[in-house]
Amino acid sequence: MVRNMRGAVLTLLALFALAACGGNTDNPVDNSGKPADNGTVIVGSANFTENVLLAEIYAAALEAKGVKVERKLNIGSREVIYKQLESGGLSVLPEYNGALLSYLDKTNAAATTAEVNTALKGKLPAAVELLDSAKAEDKDSVTVTKETATKYNLKSIADLGPVAKDLVIGGPPEFKTRRQGIVGLKEVYGLEFKDFRSLDVAGPVTVSALKKGDIQAANLFSTDPALEVNDFVALDDPKALFGAQNVTPIVNKAVGEKARTVLNSIAPKLDTATLTQLMRKVSVDKQDPDKVAKEWLKSVGLA
Amino acid sequence: MNWPWVLDHLGYFGDLLLEHLSMAVPPVLYGLLIALPLGVACARWPRLYGVVLAATSALYALPSLALFIFMLDFTGLTITTVIAPLTVYTLSVLVRNVVDGLRGVPESVRQSAVAMGFGAVRRLLQIELPIALPVVIAGLRVATVSNISLVSVGALIGFGGLGKLFTDGLQRAFLTPILVGIVLTVVLALVADTLLVLTQRLLTPWSRR
Amino acid sequence: MRIFSVAWHWFGQPEQWTGSDGIPNRLLEHLYYTSLSLLIAAAVAIPLGLLIGHTNRGGFLVVNLSNAARALPTAGVLVLVVTLSGIGLLPVIVALVVLAIPSILVNTYAGVRQVPRETVDAARGMGMRGGQVLWQVETPLAMPLIMTGLRTAAIQIVSTATVAAYVGLGGLGRYIFDGLARRDYPALVGGAVIVVGLALGTEGAFVAVRSLIAKRTQGE
Repeated sequence: MVRNMRGAVLTLLALFALAACGGNTDNPVDNSGKPADNGTVIVGSANFTENVLLAEIYAAALEAKGVKVERKLNIGSREVIYKQLESGGLSVLPEYNGALLSYLDKTNAAATTAEVNTALKGKLPAAVELLDSAKAEDKDSVTVTKETATKYNLKSIADLGPVAKDLVIGGPPEFKTRRQGIVGLKEVYGLEFKDFRSLDVAGPVTVSALKKGDIQAANLFSTDPALEVNDFVALDDPKALFGAQNVTPIVNKAVGEKARTVLNSIAPKLDTATLTQLMRKVSVDKQDPDKVAKEWLKSVGLA
Repeated sequence: MNWPWVLDHLGYFGDLLLEHLSMAVPPVLYGLLIALPLGVACARWPRLYGVVLAATSALYALPSLALFIFMLDFTGLTITTVIAPLTVYTLSVLVRNVVDGLRGVPESVRQSAVAMGFGAVRRLLQIELPIALPVVIAGLRVATVSNISLVSVGALIGFGGLGKLFTDGLQRAFLTPILVGIVLTVVLALVADTLLVLTQRLLTPWSRR
Repeated sequence: MRIFSVAWHWFGQPEQWTGSDGIPNRLLEHLYYTSLSLLIAAAVAIPLGLLIGHTNRGGFLVVNLSNAARALPTAGVLVLVVTLSGIGLLPVIVALVVLAIPSILVNTYAGVRQVPRETVDAARGMGMRGGQVLWQVETPLAMPLIMTGLRTAAIQIVSTATVAAYVGLGGLGRYIFDGLARRDYPALVGGAVIVVGLALGTEGAFVAVRSLIAKRTQGE
C-alpha cells in the first residue's frame, strides 16, 4: 500500500508536468484553431442567461438570412471563451464593449461608447474584429438590498467608503480579479471590502446570497429583472468605473461579409429597454431564449 | 412541475439524450480497448500492476471538472474535451476488474487448457477472457453508470448533454428542467445497465441456470 | 513544466495561507462538508443495512433502489435543492449524502448476508436473542465490508465535494471553479493537487484503520 501511495503521488506529479504544456497560455498544441470551413458560423456565449439570449438572437438572425450556424452556448467566462474566438474555435460572441476593453487593457479609462470602441479597435488582435455596437447596455453594478441602502444611506458606490470594510461583496469568481470588479473598486473608489465571495454570474445564486444576507453587496447586471423583483438598489457609478457597456458582437476575421452585415443590422434595433424586456421573458416567464430571440427578430423585421 | 414546458420540449430532450450518449459511450469503448491489453499484461506481470494501480488511483481521484479544463487547451470546444477524461476514469475502473477476472480463472482450468494443447493466445481468448467476462462486465456497469452521471459536469464548460438542463435550471431558477434532467439521467443509466446485464447473459450462456 | 513551477510558486505565496480564500480555511471547509456528509450517510445507511440484512426483508428492493440512486447525477441533485431552498450548506450536504448512501448501504447489507447461516444458528442455539445476534455476531463479521463501503463513499465524497463551489460555497472546489473563471491555472492545478492528496490520504487512513482492527481481532 505504501508503495502504491508513493506511486500515486509520482503519477500525479507526472500528470501535472504533462498538463504543463496545456496550461501554457501560449497554447502550442491547440488544434481547435481551425476556423470553421464551409462558411458555418459558430456562435458562442458566456455562462449567463442574457449572453445566451444575445447569442440566440445572433444565431437566429444569421439563419434567417441563410447563413449556416452552429451554437456553442453557455461555455464560461470571458477569460475562457475569448481565447476560443481568437483561435477560431468560435466565430461570433456577444460582447459588452466596456468590459471587453477592460479585459484587454486594464488601465484604460475610456467611458463613452465612442471612446471605448476607438480604444478597443486599437487593442483587438488581428484575428478579432469589432462589429457595430447596439444602443442596448448592460452594466455591471454594485447592488445592495433596500434595507442596506437605507441603513447606510447608500446612493452611489462612493457612499460605500466608510462602510465597505464591514461588508462582504459577492459576484462571479472573475469579478475579484477584474479591473471592472474588486480591483477597480479599490483603485477608483478606494473601497476595500471585508471579504469577497465567489458566486455565480449575476444569477440566482448571487441573488439568493444577497437576499439571505450571506453577502451585503453583489455584482448584478443592470438589465436583470431580479433587481426589480427583489427591490434591490443598484448603486450609481459616478466615476464611471463600469463605463459604456454596449452590446457588441465580436467576430473572428474568418467570418464572411454576409454574416457581418446581418449582425450589424441588429445593432440599431436593440436598446436597453428592449433587452430588459426580453430578459424578463426568459428569466421570469421562463420562455426559451431561442423562441424569444426569433419572435423579437420577426417583430423588428429581421427574420 | 411545468408540464406544458415538458411537452413542448420533447424533441429537445431527444437531442440532449443523443448528445449525452455521444459523450458517455465512446469513453466506455475506448476504456475497454485500452484496459483489456493492459489488464492482461498486468495479470502477467504483477510489478507492472503495482505501477498501473497506483497511477489509476491517483487519476481516479482527480475532480472531473479540473480534467475537463485541462483538456480545453488541447482539444478546445470539441467533445474530445469530455471524452478523454472519462476514458481515463473508465480505464481506472476496468483495469482492476480485468486483472481480478483473469486471476479468478481456476488453475485447474488453465492447466487443462494447456493439456489440451491450447497456445497462450488461444487460451487467453477462448478460455481465460470468457471466464473473466462477468467480472469485466461488472466493471463496465460501474463505469457506464458513473460516466453517464459525470457527462453532466461537462455542462459547466458548455457541454454536458442532459447536464445543460441543470445549468439552465440553476441560471433561471427554473425547477422543471432540473427535474427532467435528473429523471432522464437515471433512466438512461438504468437502461444502459440493463443492456449490459443482457449482454452478459448472451455472452455467457453457460452461467445461466 | 512552466505551469508546474507556477503552481509550485502558488503554494509558496503567503496569501495562499491566510484569510477566507487561504488553503487552511478551504481545506477545513472541505473537511467539514466531507465529514458531515459521511457521518449523516453512515448514520442512515449502516443501521438500515444491518436491519435489512438481519431480517432479510426488502433486500432485493434496497439493492435495486441503491443501484438506481447511484445513477443520480450529483450536479442535478445539487441544483435541485439550491433552486428549492436557496444557497447554503443544505444543498451540498443533501447531494453528498445521496451520493454516499448507496455504497454504504449495499456493503453493509452484503456484509450481514455473507455471515454463514451456521454461525447465526449456532449463536441462536447458544440462546442469543435477535438483537444479540445482530450486535455480537453479525455486525462484527460484517465489519470489513462495512469499512469497504465507508471507504468508497468517503473517497467519492472528498472528490465530489468540489461541486459545493458551483453554488457559491467554499471548500477546495473554489480553486477549481475560480481558476476556470479567472483562467488562473496555478490555482486550478494547486486545488486539484490538494483534492487528490486528500483522497489518497483518506484511502491511507482507511487502510490504517483496517490493519488496526485486524491486529486487535487477531490479538483477542
